[in-house]
Amino acid sequence: MASSTTARYRPGDQVRIRVGTPPTHFRTPEYVQGKLGRIDTLYGAFKNPESLAYGGDGLPAQPLYRVEFAQTDLWQNYSGPATDTLLIDIYEHWLESI
Amino acid sequence: MAENGHNHGDNAEYYALRAEAIQALLVEKGVCSINDILSMADKLDSRSPKDGAKVLAHAWVDPAYKERLLADAESALLELGYDLPETAPRLTVLENTSEVHHMAVCTLCSCYPRAIIGRPPAWYKGLAYRSKVVVDPRGVLKEFGTELDESVQVRVIDSSADYRYLVLPTRPAGTEGMSEEELAKLITQESMIGVALALSPESVSTS
Repeated sequence: MASSTTARYRPGDQVRIRVGTPPTHFRTPEYVQGKLGRIDTLYGAFKNPESLAYGGDGLPAQPLYRVEFAQTDLWQNYSGPATDTLLIDIYEHWLESI
Repeated sequence: MAENGHNHGDNAEYYALRAEAIQALLVEKGVCSINDILSMADKLDSRSPKDGAKVLAHAWVDPAYKERLLADAESALLELGYDLPETAPRLTVLENTSEVHHMAVCTLCSCYPRAIIGRPPAWYKGLAYRSKVVVDPRGVLKEFGTELDESVQVRVIDSSADYRYLVLPTRPAGTEGMSEEELAKLITQESMIGVALALSPESVSTS
């Protein structure tokens, strides 16, 4: 874990995942981009993989969150019950307040 | 398959050569020594699903240990003599219960709790599993032979960043009198990924 920075969100907060395809290695899959989720866990700050992948120092470190989505919000035709969810780890610079 | 750089396994010879070239470059440029690479490979290869099963069986029989494992997996693993390499990603254990069932995937590549259960099975790295489990997790469960009641919440965890996830399967019924060693035999690689339940005691006693 990198040195701590101030985290903008708390567990329970509603967030939207930013939409984007930066010209680098990024770890926010497109299937969650633009979707509404809820902060499940705040993990602390980690080095930014978009910088690390190209030999950078990964700084400033980004708070990392586990975000939970209702499957029915991710997929129009989700066939399981409405209580099913998906969790994914997202760095703060990919999150937007709603 | 050349159009997709993430299709490992289709061309083993090519990837072996590529790995060798990268290894030579790392050493030549002084990033790490050949001993660093070999000892890390040894360490990863020394871990297998049996290690994870041993830890999780202990959690089944010792509720206080289970709490520690869920709260801080790395410290709890250390209690049993499993130290994770400093460079390994962080580890979290997610508990399956009668109300919630977790399933792990890495849609972007093949992130997996290697530091405790070794290398992932080939299907885990394949596009078929990675693309289907996030859209139709219950369909994947059926393919692996499990049908869950609709009252059980299915939570898929896509390990996309600095954490790896190990699933603690539900302890099967009828295992009350079993020893920790016997219980560990019920905990399969598939059940620690969450695509299957732990084996029933009957299914192992007949073999």
